[in-house]
Formats: sequence, structure tokens, C-alpha cells
Amino acid sequence: MQKNSNILSRIDWVTVMLWAVMMIMGWLNIYAAVYNENHTSIFDLSQRYGKQLLWIVAAIVLAVFVIVTDNKLYFFFAWFIYGFFILLLLLVLVVGKEINGARAWFEIGPFSIQPSEFAKFATGLALASFLNSRRQVNEFKVMAPATAIIIAPVILIALQPDMGSVVTYFAFFIVLFREGMSIYVFISVILAVVLFLLTLIFGTVPVALGIIAVSFIVLAIVSGYLTTLKALGVMAVTGGVSFLAGHYLLGLETGFIIVLAIVLAGAVFGWYTYRHKLKNPAVIYAFLLCGLLYLFTVDYAFHEILKPHQQDRINIMMGLDEDPYGEGYNLNQSLISVGSGGFTGKGYLNGTQTKFKFVPEQSTDFIFCTVGEEWGFLGSTVVIGLFVWLLIRLVVLAERQRTIFIRAYGYGVFALFLVHFFVNIGMTIGVMPVIGIPLPFFSYGGSSLWGFTILLFVFIRLDAGRTEYLG
Amino acid sequence: MKDRYANRKYILIALVLVAAAILISRLFYIQIVDKTYRVSAANNALRPITQYPARGLIYDRNGKLIVYNQAAYDLLVIPFQTSSFDTARFNEILGINMRDFRGRMKAAIKYSRRAPSVFMKMISSETYGALQEELYKFPGFYVQARTLRKYTRPVGAHLLGYVGEVDDKLISRDKYYRSGDYIGTSGIEKSYEEQLRGRKGVNILLVDVHNNVKGSYAGGRYDTTSIPGVNLWSTIDLDLQQYGEKLMRNKTGSIVAIEPSTGEILALVSSPSYNPSLLVGRVRSDNFARLQADTVKPLFDRALMASYPPGSTFKIMNGLIGLQEGVIRSSTLFGCNNGYHAGSITVGCHSHSSPNDLPHAVMMSCNAWFCNAFRYILENKNYSAIGEAFDHWRDYLVAFGFGNKLGIDLPNELAGNIPTRSYYDRYYGKDRWKALTVISLAIGQGEIGATPLQMANMAAVIANRGSFFIPHVVKKIGDKGAPSSLYTQKYITGISLQNFEPLIEGMEWAVNGGPGATARGARLDSIIICGKTGTAQNPHGKDHAIFVAFAPKDNPQIAIAVYVENAGFGSTFAAPIASLMIEEYLTGRIKRKYLEDYVFNLVIKPDAKE
Repeated sequence: MQKNSNILSRIDWVTVMLWAVMMIMGWLNIYAAVYNENHTSIFDLSQRYGKQLLWIVAAIVLAVFVIVTDNKLYFFFAWFIYGFFILLLLLVLVVGKEINGARAWFEIGPFSIQPSEFAKFATGLALASFLNSRRQVNEFKVMAPATAIIIAPVILIALQPDMGSVVTYFAFFIVLFREGMSIYVFISVILAVVLFLLTLIFGTVPVALGIIAVSFIVLAIVSGYLTTLKALGVMAVTGGVSFLAGHYLLGLETGFIIVLAIVLAGAVFGWYTYRHKLKNPAVIYAFLLCGLLYLFTVDYAFHEILKPHQQDRINIMMGLDEDPYGEGYNLNQSLISVGSGGFTGKGYLNGTQTKFKFVPEQSTDFIFCTVGEEWGFLGSTVVIGLFVWLLIRLVVLAERQRTIFIRAYGYGVFALFLVHFFVNIGMTIGVMPVIGIPLPFFSYGGSSLWGFTILLFVFIRLDAGRTEYLG
Repeated sequence: MKDRYANRKYILIALVLVAAAILISRLFYIQIVDKTYRVSAANNALRPITQYPARGLIYDRNGKLIVYNQAAYDLLVIPFQTSSFDTARFNEILGINMRDFRGRMKAAIKYSRRAPSVFMKMISSETYGALQEELYKFPGFYVQARTLRKYTRPVGAHLLGYVGEVDDKLISRDKYYRSGDYIGTSGIEKSYEEQLRGRKGVNILLVDVHNNVKGSYAGGRYDTTSIPGVNLWSTIDLDLQQYGEKLMRNKTGSIVAIEPSTGEILALVSSPSYNPSLLVGRVRSDNFARLQADTVKPLFDRALMASYPPGSTFKIMNGLIGLQEGVIRSSTLFGCNNGYHAGSITVGCHSHSSPNDLPHAVMMSCNAWFCNAFRYILENKNYSAIGEAFDHWRDYLVAFGFGNKLGIDLPNELAGNIPTRSYYDRYYGKDRWKALTVISLAIGQGEIGATPLQMANMAAVIANRGSFFIPHVVKKIGDKGAPSSLYTQKYITGISLQNFEPLIEGMEWAVNGGPGATARGARLDSIIICGKTGTAQNPHGKDHAIFVAFAPKDNPQIAIAVYVENAGFGSTFAAPIASLMIEEYLTGRIKRKYLEDYVFNLVIKPDAKE
């Protein structure tokens, strides 16, 4: 008893309050999204708002359970928990139930549970535990295993396949960044994402030409125009000769010839820079080569690996495809819902888009439509404000930790919430591709609500016991 | 704990703020700046259902129904709601083939997948009955009720006009109309469109994504009920109209009959005509194209839109003007030696007794007499020059309604033509022309043009001895209505009452007189008809026969103008038709069956060589 009251006083009630407010707001919006004049009782378990009420009660029980658990448990059993969920992710591939083309669900009686939602907290724990004893994160021998911890569940989830959840796991690189990952790697990752998007919008060739142009402009600035001209000359001659030879003498495929010409031009250029002991051109050529190879990889990945509906969704987000009744229907209706909300919204339960079910998946992935339509710009800003408050609160909590374990776990929670928050709302209003991931505490669904609750409350519990020695 | 990377927390907080800023600025744009989403949301969820009011009915002057409405049905389709169904049965009911079906479906999909569009217009009640029973088998299809015009008798096509679909040009000009609406396109349907159409109503319904109606938008606050069109009582005597059309069958021309005391038009016949039912419903566009291509121009309303030289009927005008100007008297005698001869000019005349006073000159239609009289009018010493005299002459004609549109309540009336002084000044040079130059005007030939309506109005002015009301075809708008105030105003022509008597006497003799009377074919035992024949010269073929008349002589009830194209002299064909019309109207039955049969069986082929 003494211990419990002790914990209660050390719990960060601000975070708990934010969690509670978001859950209640989420439920109100789910009620609006599935609202139907024929079923108005809030306890109607045949309706989603009725079920969600049940999930909320269960989430509170879970939260209390997490709080009363000994915090050492999460430290010592981090690997065990991780291993358990990896096992579940393996198992779901075998005995899981296929919903919407993804084998991501366990069916237990009337309930379906999605292990990937819970594996997030397990991955966070394992990563934190691993980083706890390491000092030099930017070394390869730390980076490689850390990446492996993140990638293991990603591979299993990609096999389901649930690309939405896969995207969210990359949030854990934010943890690595905070713990000392090289800033160049971090910038490279961001650059890769930007190049990826640029390639999808403008196509491979214009971006490739852009990279070449930027490279030579940088070279001109760094080494002067004479060097640049010589470099250009060497590369143009080598590239041109090898292209012509490949095309007319060997009859190779155009794409292959281009790669070959670039590599050959690079080899000659490398020899040239080596002879003249030039460092900058070599670095810039390395960048050029990496950029181009990456481009072709993206192009290949987009067309050969992504499924047509995923390609469509990215295309639509990029404004590359206008088809209001095809794949773009979701996004279009979603935009209409949010956009028609105006400044103050249409009023609770008065959204025509929401009430008449124009947006598919509105109670789950597109729950923010309800906020946008019925509560308007004002309500949307309040919701975004709540998330910003929660995220900054998480940073504050993480930073006050004395152990790397709790801090790293806290940043894991932070990173996951950030990605879910930005990607989910972003896709609803058309700044991100339509990736099916839930908005924490708002979207309908027991698995996601419980997953996020456990994720958050484990951190609250660890934070409450931050002064204790974890061992 | 030493932490070299503690500053990175600021980068991460910045990341949060940037993410929030991106989302909020995007929200600001789509929710506050860009208004299009609001329109789209309304298009999604609000379905305005138009309530089409019934168009006003049209009655004749005696309360007989002429035009009423019948139900018709438009078959609409919402393409995305359709699913596989028995297309063979569907096509069988509608009487279309598979290719037709695909074409219509494609057009509907092209218009919109989610919005309803017309699959088939104006299906008959029989087809509707058959379809209604099985409509549940054809998801996505539904039927909207419209009304179509129906006619009690196949007459009055030009007068009544027809109802067509509004075109895009009109939709952009008049906010009332929407694509697919009907509008009066000619005749009474056009000129009284605003009264007849009533006002459309709209019910705004809320629909969900499955197009199920979820109730009324805002509790029906923005709904409006339709207001039915106003009924019209026409001035037309339906029996007389029908009789006139029967008389004109197989002839080209027109009849205009006016009640002189009110200006109400009793009959407005243009021949050849067509059954007004041809331009109703689904068959309209096909029939319209056919009628338009017809060489005898059945769509052309000759009563209002054909301008002819009035010929000898115009002598009445010159007689009246001469008397009013004091340049001639009723007793003035002019000789006629088979025509009028002045210098090199000769206007021929037929053989008759000579010399004559004015009534006898009218009776025998003496060209020489009126050429002399016309010369007196233009060479009037009271005026400084011929031009001034000519202006006065023209003013009288304009006061009779010549040379301008009379202002009948029907569209597309022609103004006719009375040449002006400046026209001749331009043509011959200023003051380089004299009475003899324009002498053909004396006998209603030359540059002069008048419509049958204007000629009938002239007959009405004579019947009234100097005044008229603008001829009109609608006497009552609505149960308690009155005609427009335009038609209750009396117009005075400026010719004194007593000056009409010699001319009316001449017109009486022309019909009822002894040897030399030109219009004895119009004679009626029981009623004194006053009339004047005329022949409109036709440069394209055989001349047109004209007859203007009114009856009875005292207290006239009907004034009439009859034109029969290519029929030659007015006395032969136009006069009997006018006479039969007068007999029908005033006595209600025809005694002269032989004359009636003669006219019915008369076939005059149009002989225009254009």
C-alpha cells in the first residue's frame, strides 16, 4: 500500500491526462463516424463505438496493470518480451487470419488481435536495453546489431504484408540518432527519402540529370571551373564512347548501357583524379555515383516491389494521378470532409460527409476526417496541439532519465507517436501517401489502443521509478 | 551521466514543431482558403429534387379547353448504382436494342457516375406502366414525372406554339432554367412563358454514400413548393379557328379574324399548318426537322410573318386619306379609259362604267380613280412640297398600324413596310420624284408591304370607323385576370367618322352591289358584309388573292383578312373563304353547302419559283 501511493505521487499525471483526453475525444469521434439514427445507445456492442468503449475500459485496466507492475520487470525481461513477440509475428504468418490481403491478425473467439501493434513496445524495450550498455553508437559494431533489432520485426511484418506498420518501425532510427548515430547517416536517410519522393514525382531521368548538374556545380565551386571542365571532358568522352560502343557494337539494353557508361566514366575519372591527386572531385563523383545507383534502385523498387495499389496511393498523394473514383477516392473524400469543415466545423454529429459514410475506413485510419469536418480548423488545431504537447512532454520526460535504457525507450515511444501522428493526419489531408496506420488513441480498434497504451504506460511506469536502481 | 548528444533533443523538438506546422498550414489551406471542398461536400450529400409544376392550361374565348397536360415520364439512371440485370427484358420494355442501350449508358456514365442523368426521355404512360412493375429488378434506374402538352383538337399550331427543351445559351442567360427544363419556344407558349410555366419547387434531400435518402436537408428550411402555371383564356374561337384551317386546307395563305370592338383575334390561320401534337415529347426533334425541311414551310406563320403588297385593298386607305386631307370628296368624279394615263405612264384597269364617284370606284376597284386621288394627295397645295405631303400620307398609314409591328402578344411579328420620304430621296435624289413616280402606291403595289394581321387590323379600324385596339390573342390571364393593359388602350387613327361612310358604302356595294361589283362571291343573304378585294403582285409566280371585310355593316362583330397565295384575283377564292368564315362566326352554321364544298375541294398548288 505504501509502495502504491508512492508510485501514484511519482506518476507523470500530465501525460496520463493527455492520454485520457485523447481517448475520450477519439471515442466521441468514432461515435460520430459510425453514428446512425437507428442505434443511438452508446453501449450498443453491435456498433463500433460500443465496442470501443469496451476497449477503453480494458485499456484503463491494462494501464493500471502496467503501473502496478515492478519496473525492473521491463528491464530484465526486455529481451524475453522481444523474443516472445518475434515468435508471435512468426506465428501469425502461419495461423493468422487474412484481412484486407494481410495475414496480420490472430483470431481469438470474437476478437482479432494484431501482434504488430504490441511488437512496437517490445522492439522499443529491446533497443533500449541494447543501447543501455553501449557508449559509441556511431560505431559499426553498435549500429549493425541495433539495426538488426529494428529490422527483424520489419521483415516479419513485411511478409504479412502490412507496409503501413513497416513504415512506422523506421521511427526507431530517431532513437539511434538521439543516442549518437552519425549525423551524416541521419542526413543521408533524410536525403534518401527526399530523393525517393522527387524521383516519384519527376521520374528517374530528370532527377539523375539534376544530381549530375548539382555535382558539377559543387565541383566548380570547390575546385574551380578548369578542373570542372577537365572532369566533364574526361567523363563525357568515356561515357560517350562506352555508350556508343554498348549500343551499336554490343546491342545492350539502354538502361544497362547508361549504368555501364557511368561506371566506366567513373573509373577513368578515378584514375585521372588519382594521377592528379585531386580529392574533391573524387568525393563528389562518389556522391554522384551513389545518387544515381540509389535512383535506379528506387525506380526498380517502386515498379517491381510495391504492389499496384501501393504505387497508386503514392501516385495520388504526389498528384500524379487524378481519379476520384479509383484509388484516389479515399483521399478525395477525405479532403472534402476535412476541407468542408471550415473554421469552426459543421458541429458534432452534423458532418454530412461523416454521417453519410462518404469516407471509407473513417472510424479507423481516417478518423481525423471526423475531427476536421465536425470540429473544423479550430478542433483540428486543438488535436494537433494535444499531440505536440504529448510529444514534447515525452522529450522532457526522456531527458530527465538517468539511465540510457529509460531514455532510449522514451524516445522510442516519442518516435512512434511522432510518425503515427504525422503520417496519419498527413495522409488524411493529402501531404503524405495513404498508408494505413492508425492515429494513436483516436482510431477505432482494440489492438492499436492497447498497443499504444502499453507503450505509453510502460514509459510512465519507468519514469515513475526513475530514481530506483534498475541494475 | 555524460551525454555528448543532449543537444540533439532540440533537433527532435524542432522536428515535432515542423511536422505540426506542415499539418496546420495544410489544414488552414484546405479548410479556410480553398472553398471548393465545401461545394464538393454539398454535391456529395445534398440532392436537390426539382418539383416540376403543371403548365397552365389554355382555353378558347368560350371556355373550351384547347391545351392541357398529360403525364410523361423521364427514366433516369445513376450509373454506379446499377448492377447486372436482365438487359434483354429491360430493352424489351423500352423498345430499344442492345446497341442503343450501350450508347445511352455510356452517355450517362460520361455525364457522371454518381449523379442521375436522363437515360430515356418522355416515355409513354403505357411503357411507364410496364416498367414500373419491374423497376425493382433494375437497380439504379428511377422515373421522374414530367408533363407534356396535349391538344383537344389538332388545330392552332402556329398560334399556340410549342414547348421545347431549353438550350445552353438560354441557361446561361436566365437563372431560372436548368438543363432539361422545358420552355415555350413559339406562339402563346413563348409569349406567355412566364405565366404558363409557374414556378419550379425544390426538395433538398440528404443522401448517403449509397444514395439512400436520409431525410430532408435542414428540416426542409430551404425547400420550396412548386407553383402551378396560370391558366390562359385565349381570344380565339376554337370552332372558327378549326373551320378556318379546314377552309385553308390544300391552299397556301392565311386568315386573320378580329373582333373590331376589342381587338381580340378570333381566328389566326396560317396554311399549310401541322398537327401541334407532332411537336410534343420524344417525337418532337424528328418531326421538327422534318417540318423544317418541308418545302411548303409549314412552320412559317404567314399570318404574322409574311409581308405582301396589299394590292387593291389599299385603295380604301388612299380614299380615306384623300377625304381627310380634303383633296377629294365622296362625289368627286374621275373617268377611266381602261386605265390611268399620264404622259408616258399607264396604269391599266379593267372595263367598267365611267366616270365614277368614290363609292362606285371602291365597288368596281377602279385603278384610274385612285391614281388621280393619290396624285391629288401628294400634290396638295397646302404643303410646300411633295415630300411634306408624302409624310402626312405616311403618318395616316402608321396610325393604322402599317409599317411597324402592331404589338400582338405573339413572337416574331413582322413590321411590314411603308416607304419613307427619305427612301425615295435616296433612291431618286432629293425632290427628284413626284406623284407619278410613285403612282403604284395608289393601288397598293410597289415598295409597300403589309402582313395579313395588319390588313385585318385595317378592316377592324374601318369597322370601328376610326379606332382600334391592338390585336391580341389572350383575353384573360388566370381565373380573375385581365389582358395586359397594352390591349385595353384605344388607338385613334385621325380619320374623321364621316369620312368612313363613302368607303364603307363602296365596300358594301362591292359585295352586294349590281353590275361591276368586284366581290359578289362574298355575298351573304342574311348579313350585310362590307369587303374589298385585292391582288398582291407576285414576282415569283401567280398573284396572291386578298380579301378584307367586316360584318355586319352596322355594329360589326368581325373584321377579317384572307390571303390565298397563287390564287389570282381576290374575288375568286379569298372572298368566298372570308364570307364562309363570317357566316360560321355570326350564324354558327353554314347554309351555302355548295360554296363550302367548292372551297373544301379547292386545291391550289403553291407555284413559287424561287
